[in-house]
Parts: sequence; structure tokens; C-alpha cells
Amino acid sequence: MTRLVYGLVTLMGVVVGVAGAYGAAGGAGTLRIGWLVPLGGLELTLDPLAGFFLALIGFAAVPASIYAIGSSDGDGRGRFAYAAFVASMCVVPLAGNVMTFVLAWELMSLASYFLVLRDPDSRESVRAGWIYLVMTHAGLACLLGGMLLLGADIGSLRFADWRAAAPTLTPTTRNVAFVLMALGFAGKAGVIPLHIWLPLAHPAAPSHVSALMSGVMIKLGVYGLMRVSLDWLGSGAPWWGVALLIAGAASSVIGVLYALVEHDLKRLLAFHSIENIGIILLGLGSAVSYRVAGLEALALLGLIAALYHTVNHAAFKALLFLGAGAVVHATGTRNMEAMGGLIKRMPWTAACFLIGSAAIAALPPLNGFVSEWLTFLAMFQNASLGAVGQSLVFTLGIASLALTGGLAMACFVKAFGITFLALPRSDAAAHADEASPTVRVAMLALAAACIGLGVASTLVVPAFEHVAASVLRTAPRATAGHWLTLRVSGDFASLSTAAIAVALAAALLGSLAILRLVGASHRTRSDETWGCGRILQTARMEYTATAFANPFKRVFDFFYRPTTRLDIESHPESRFFVQRIEYESPTRSIFEDWLYRPSLDLLVRGARVVGTLQSGSTNQYLAYILAALLLLLVLA
Amino acid sequence: MLRQLRTAFRTGIVTEPVRASAELERVGERLATEISRLFSRALAIRQVDAGSCNGCELEIGGLTGPHYDLERFGVHFVASPRHADCLLVTGPVTRNMAEALRRTWLATPDPKFVVAVGDCGRDGGIFRSSYAVVGGVGEVVPVDAVIPGCPPSPAALLAGLLEAIGRRR
Amino acid sequence: MADVAAALLQLLIVAAGAPLIVGALRTLKARLVGRRGPSPWQPYAELRKLISKEAVVSTTTSWVFRATPYVLVATLLVAAMIVPIAVARPPLAFAGNIILLVYLFMLGTFFLALAGLDAGSAFGGMGSSREVAVAALAEPTIIVAVFALALRAGTIDLGRIAERFGAEPWLAANPAHLLAFAAFFIVMLAETGRLPVDNPATHLELTMIHEAMVLEYSGRYLALIEWAAAMKLFLFMALLANLFFPWGLSAPTGLVPIAVSLLSLTLKLGVLTVAVAVLEVAVAKLRLFRVPELLAGSFALALLSLMAVFVVR
Repeated sequence: MTRLVYGLVTLMGVVVGVAGAYGAAGGAGTLRIGWLVPLGGLELTLDPLAGFFLALIGFAAVPASIYAIGSSDGDGRGRFAYAAFVASMCVVPLAGNVMTFVLAWELMSLASYFLVLRDPDSRESVRAGWIYLVMTHAGLACLLGGMLLLGADIGSLRFADWRAAAPTLTPTTRNVAFVLMALGFAGKAGVIPLHIWLPLAHPAAPSHVSALMSGVMIKLGVYGLMRVSLDWLGSGAPWWGVALLIAGAASSVIGVLYALVEHDLKRLLAFHSIENIGIILLGLGSAVSYRVAGLEALALLGLIAALYHTVNHAAFKALLFLGAGAVVHATGTRNMEAMGGLIKRMPWTAACFLIGSAAIAALPPLNGFVSEWLTFLAMFQNASLGAVGQSLVFTLGIASLALTGGLAMACFVKAFGITFLALPRSDAAAHADEASPTVRVAMLALAAACIGLGVASTLVVPAFEHVAASVLRTAPRATAGHWLTLRVSGDFASLSTAAIAVALAAALLGSLAILRLVGASHRTRSDETWGCGRILQTARMEYTATAFANPFKRVFDFFYRPTTRLDIESHPESRFFVQRIEYESPTRSIFEDWLYRPSLDLLVRGARVVGTLQSGSTNQYLAYILAALLLLLVLA
Repeated sequence: MLRQLRTAFRTGIVTEPVRASAELERVGERLATEISRLFSRALAIRQVDAGSCNGCELEIGGLTGPHYDLERFGVHFVASPRHADCLLVTGPVTRNMAEALRRTWLATPDPKFVVAVGDCGRDGGIFRSSYAVVGGVGEVVPVDAVIPGCPPSPAALLAGLLEAIGRRR
Repeated sequence: MADVAAALLQLLIVAAGAPLIVGALRTLKARLVGRRGPSPWQPYAELRKLISKEAVVSTTTSWVFRATPYVLVATLLVAAMIVPIAVARPPLAFAGNIILLVYLFMLGTFFLALAGLDAGSAFGGMGSSREVAVAALAEPTIIVAVFALALRAGTIDLGRIAERFGAEPWLAANPAHLLAFAAFFIVMLAETGRLPVDNPATHLELTMIHEAMVLEYSGRYLALIEWAAAMKLFLFMALLANLFFPWGLSAPTGLVPIAVSLLSLTLKLGVLTVAVAVLEVAVAKLRLFRVPELLAGSFALALLSLMAVFVVR
């Protein structure tokens, strides 16, 4: 039964994916069922952007569901929530009016809430679900506020009418609506500082759900941001682009910084989702800036970069979450410090995870490299804006993207190296078993997607350019080239991942051939690891994830503000015989300490003040009613 | 920085040619030809202190200075036996260091050779019959050459090493 | 045909010439402290010796450890076809420009750092951790610094940047240029493991960065890694030389211009080698946790240089 449900979702994914691809390629259509829901009826509209995201959801849902088939072990909890989750996500990009959109959006949030709350007995799970629920509804409130404001101003709740009426809006309405809706969508996307739910909720859910939440659900926030900043409100103010760039720069660097010191494998991946959303926003922000300035070819380039990275992140993040899920399933822990040596026990999972790690670290010729390259190129041409202030913001974006690349590489050396290499650090890791064939199929499919999207970039970009051009409603082309090379902005830059892949492969063979040519010795002998003559090597001698991340903790200590706790227990007879040492160096979150804690305190204090009205005496309540009545009469 | 460079230029090169005659005791016939063929131009040495009084280490340290300058012959010290061709072992091998020395030898890739340094390295020297000492280096790993002395002077060490790798001066 | 010839020429220069730079540096450093020192050809003898030895591989390691030397060499061979060395239009320049170059270096670092962790020794992990910490700060600096030049040259193609500055040398008289040069020079020292960031001649594991990661390698694997390190140094020096002092670099038009550009390259590399040797003799190694400050400083320099392009027109 459980497998049947997951099988059906797989099938749905295929169908939806194909439909989405049809839409992205230009197929359009509208479905209206007026009686189904109140206030405008159900309205589904397929346009290229909706098709693009629909295809993304469909194709990500397929491997996630296959993984679920392979790993469910007859545990049927959450299967219907999962089906509802995927179905509601499919409706979100298709929604053609506010009512449809909000219903689908809320259903998606609730279904994922139940998936996060997989284990109602664990405090951690309940807390994660609670924070997720609060944040998502705060976001929904913002979103509804913006949408209703716009709806009231224009007099229609249909998105198509908004699009038509956008040029007539006053700047104030436009800006207020932008801020409210952008906040709502940014909250769902996990943009800093609205991210606090994300690293709690994603790891708490089962891995195939985490894969979809990170790979797709937060992308619907990006979808919303694209609609708001480029489509529904027409072309906006210059500061929209600047705001998106700053949010992107902050999210990318801060996301990866948090990931570096995180040793819970799934939380680490969740923080990387924040980073990647930041990278997407850098592309989107430059698109918005260029569009306002009338530089349509550059705007197109920025949007292509954002779309490309959206797809890439879905591919490698889903792959990494499935890999992490397989590891967690095999070892029974999410703590990296208890893993190690898994490459020998789980060679397939390790190989797939390695590909995912290289892809997310933007190493050529994989897919992450292509989209980061495009993002760099989009931001880099800001000189044509001719505005020094904006150019400095772009410079900040370039610097943060460059820094993010380096730090992400470092982080995935840690994630892969500590988890899969060297000796197992626990019994569970020493006896881990390879994932089931079904799970492996899901991971291999995604790994193939990471390679394919990278090497075949020249085939993919034109397809995305078509979608981007339809969003911006422009004709000019940002890219040119043929099957081998992609040229950007005329002669400005060019990219050929296929050539890189071939050159790397040739150079690999070449280095083997050179060794043969110069007559290198083939003899190899196995020996224990060199340890300065010590007698026994154990996993306790290995570098830990904490130690690995320590240089970063010291370099960025102004950000992490680590506290150190050292607890030494020595023998009662002499303090020189140490029996146990416990060292802990947790970091403190700036956002919790300086943003959420104070505002929650303020809220509680305010509530206490208002609470004094609630005395419990009937007479007093009657007095309130009387006062309110009088006030109303006077005002009338 | 400038003053330092000025001193360097004024002083010039202080390295002296090797004068001393070979004080090498024996080189294994088996390895002699192969060693001179392979390592005459490049030799990496891993120094192992198997329980020495550090007298030999002081003299070995002198080899890398400007006066003796071991590096001019393409001989240099490395940080890991994996990188080494030659183990330069000092001291009477103590019981605690015997296993470590054996493992170091195993960790060194072939072809390799072992040079025992000093009288202690040869046969345990004055510590020979101590309960804490296994004996000379030869008791633990096969020794290919011995440079005697207590301690051998840097010149003797240099000459011995060059003799071992068959390098004409 | 000319492309293939140019590709082979560049590969040959980098692959064969790289150890000479390392050797020349060692000889010069020895001379500067009053030693006779090894011959500049010494690294070739060492490589020859290493490939004829057996490789000892730890039983703890996986295929990542054995694949890494090949991957590392491959990334640098490909990089050798991106950097303008002998010709201004290197054969793979079209494949992704400076961004590709930096991410190729990162690919190499990624695998080398994994290999450092693979053997499970404390030293390997320590080296990996430090290497990625240095690389994570140094490699972004290259992108930002080169972008500053690229913006003023109007292209991100390395060869075209060099040609532009070669044709109009007065463009180089700009604060952005100087700042970018300083940033790039520091990054070069950090990335190739030179003083004051890392001491290539150290024997003390606790002070090592690059060396600690490769303690476990031997035989042909070590030869590949040493060769790769030499090529990285060569590439960084050639990039610095041809970007900031682009005179003599030629488009692949004929034998004479290529000969001229090779001659000028030799001169420029010679000057740079002397500069690095003098610097290494004169400065002490920084304390490990001061290194990030140096690198952050160089990142800030690069960022300032990029900002200066917009502000100082």
C-alpha cells in the first residue's frame, strides 16, 4: 500500500514533469472551474515560467519517490501527507488567481508541517515543526496582505489582470505590495534573516521529504520572488534589485558560514540550501536591476543564471539529501563525528555523494559551475548601469559569490571527507550496509542529472533563455554559440563545459600515459598509515569535523562568537591523571540573539500589558462593550 | 631585510669542499650498484632517533648549514619515511623504539637503504648490554652501511653518505 | 593546426619547465644564505628517482587517495591551456576564462584535501583543514583581482586583457592596477605554499600546510604531486607576469613572435623567481592563525581594486 502510494507519486511526477516541459517550451493553457472554490474559483494557467517550475517539481519528485519506495520498510506514516505535499506544490506555480494560489500554498505548508513532525514524541521534532509553522504563517500573513492590497487597488484577484494593470499602479502601492509579498516569499525561500526555520525543519523530515523541501519547496519562494519582481508588478524601482542583491550576498555567505561549523549532516545540507538560494537571488537581483535600467540582454542573462541555478540546486541538493538519508539509515545517526570509512561499506552512495559535493562546490565541469559562471558574468557587467552606488553593490555580490565558492568547497571537503573517508568512528559506521538498489537508482539518476546539466550546458541554456525571455517579454538574446561553446554578451566571455570535460579526461589519460612513457614503476605495496611509529591506529586519532572547521571558527570568530566549555575530570588521587575531558565550542546565532530574541521579548511584554484588560470580571467586560458602543456612535 | 641581504652578499658562499676521506664501514654488495645508480643525483633521508643521546643529531644538524651544505649533492632530509630513500638511524635501539623503527622501515618504499650512525648505532656502543636496549640498529632492521664515531663529525657523515650513494666528489 | 601546435607548445613549456622554477628558487635561496646549494636541475633528478620507486599505500585509504594525484595533474594540464604563457590565445581560452581557471585550481585542492583525510592520520587531516582554509580565502581573491583588470580591459579573456594593457601601457597607471597586483602576489605565495604562508622546506609536521597533506604519498604518486605543485607555481608566476607585465606576449602568428614571447617570458619569470627567493630569505613564516589576516587583507585589496575601477575613473 505504502509502495503503491509512492509509486503513484512517481507516476504523477513523470506526468507533471512532461506537462511542465511542454509548458516551458511554450505550450500555454488555462483551466477554470468556477464553482470549486469561493472567491474567484479554481484557475490554473500554464505559461513558460509556471511550466519551468512544474517540470522542476515533477522531475525532482520522481527520484525522491523512488527513494521513498526503496527506503520505506513498510513504514506507512506520512505517505498521504507526502502525496498531498507533492500535489499541492504542483498547483502553486499553476495558480492563476489569489484564491487558488493561497489554498495551494497553505496546503503545501501544512502537508510539509506534518512531514516535519514525523516523530511527535521527540522535543526536537516538535520544536522544529512549531517554529516552521509560525514562520510559514507569518510569511503567509505578509503574502496575503500584499496580495489583498494589490487586489483591492486593481479590483481583481486574477494574476493576469495584475499584469495588465501593473503600469497604472502608483509607486507607493507598487513598493508596499513588493515589500509585503517579497517578505512572504523570501521567508519560504529561507533568505537570511528569515531562515531560522529551515535548518530545523529540513533535517527533521524524512530524507526524501528533505530532498523535496530543499530542492523544490523553497524554490517556490524563488518562483514567487520572480513573479513579484519581474512579472506581476511590471518593472519596478532600482532599489528592488539592490535589495535582492544584498539579500542574496548575505544569504550566500552566511549560509555557508553556518554550514561550515555544522556537524549534523542533514543540517549542514540545510544551511547550504540557504547559501544556494542566495546565489539564485544574486542572479535574480542583477536581472531586476538591469531590467529597470533598460538593459534587456543583461537582464535576460541574470534571469537565465537564476533559473539555471534553481534547477542545478534541485538536482544536487536532492542527490545530497538522498545520499545523507542513505547514510543516516545505515548508521542510525546524523552526527558526522560518528561516521567515517563509509566509502568502503557504501561505495555507490559514496560515489554519488562525491559527485553531488563536487557539483555543489561548483567544480567544473559539473552543473553548479555553469550556473555560478553565468551568475558571475551577469553581475560582472554592471559597469553598463552607469551608477556608482549600484555598481558597488554588485561588487559586493561578486565578492560574496567568490567567497561562497571557496567556503563551499571547504565545507564539502569536510562533509565528504569526514563522513566517507578514513576509519569508521563508531560501530554503527563500521557495520553500515550499502543502500538498497532502488535507493541507488534514485541517487544515480540525480548524479547523472548533475553531470548532464553540466556537460550539456550549451543545450540547456537556450531552453532556459526561452523561459527567461517570456518572463521579461523581450526578444534580444543574451547568449549565442553552437553545440560546443556558449558565448555571452557578444565576445565578452565564453564557456564550454563539454570542452573542459574532454580536456580533463584527456589530461587524466595523459598523466597515466606520461607515467608509462617515462617508465614509472608499477609496484605498489600496502602498509598501515604512517603515524610516526606508533603501534596502533584508531579512529580516535583522526581529525574530527570540529577540528577541521576550527580554522574557520577562528578566522570568522566575530561572526560565530563561539563560547568554549572545557570540562576535565581527573582522578581523585592526583589531578595529573585525567580520566575524561569534554570540550565543547558551540557557536551563537547572531540572528537569534539580536533579532528574534529581542522581538519575541517585546511581543511577550506587549501581550502582558494587553493581558491586564482580561480580568475575568463580567461587569468589566460589559463596561468594555458599552465603551466600544459609545465610541462607535460618536464616530458615526 | 636590506641589511640582511647586504651581509649575505658581502659574505658570499661559505660552503667548503669535502676533504675528509671515507669513514664508511661497509656498504652491502647487494645494494651498492643499485644505490649508486638510483640515488647518485637525488637522495631523500629520513632521520630516525632510536634512542640516541642527541650527540649524533647535533652533528647531523650541522650538515644542512652553510658550511657543509648537504643539499649541494642533491641530498636532503624529508618529513616522512614515505618520501625517503634512506633511513639515517642513530642511537642504541631502545626497547621502546624498536617497534617504531621497524614500522618506519616498513613504511619506507623500496628501493631503500639504512645507514646506522655512530658507535651506538653500530652495536649499541657503551649501552650495549643495558636491559633497556635491544642493541645496534642491525638487530632490528637490515643495515647497509655504518658511519662510526662518537659522534661522527659532520665531515665524516658527509663523506660516509657520499660514499654510500657512490657519488664521486 | 596552429591551435594544436600552440596547445602542445604551451603544455610542453609548463610540463617540462615547471620543475626548473622550483629548482632555481632553491638554488637562489641557498646562494642568498651563503650556501652552494643544489643544482637548478635537481627537481628533475628527484622526479626521476621517485617514479622508479615503489608506491606504499595505506590500507586505510580508498580509491580517492589513488585517483587524486592523477586528477591534480589533469587539472593543472588543463589550466596550462587556459593561461596565456607563450601565446596570447591559448587553446582552451574559450572554455570559461579566469573563472574556469580558479575553479580548476579548486578542483585540485578539493581532491588533494580529501586525499589528506583519506589515510586517517592526524597530520593529513590537519593539512587538509589548513589547506582548504587558505584556499577558501585565496582563490576568491584571484577572481576579484582579475575582474578588476578585466573591467578596465573590457573583456574577461586573459589573453585579451594582456594584449589591451600591452597596447596601452598607460592604463596600468591606476590605483586599481596596483591594488590588484598586490592582492595577486600575496595569493600566489599562499596558493603555492611559499613563505610567509607556508614553508616548503619545513620538517615539522605541526607547522605544515601543504606538506602535511602529502605525507602519506610515495613513489609515482608523490612524483605526480610534486610535479603538479611545480606546475601550479609556474602557472601562477606566468599569469602574474603576463597579466601585469604583458610586454612581448604574442598572438600565435608566426615563429618569430612566439620566440620573442618565449624570450620575454623567460626574462619575466627570471625576475619573479629572484623576487620570490629574496622575499623568502628575508621574511619569517607567519604564525598559522595570522595567515588568514594576511589573506583577508589581500581579499580586501582585491575588493578595493574592483571598487576603485568604479570610483576612480
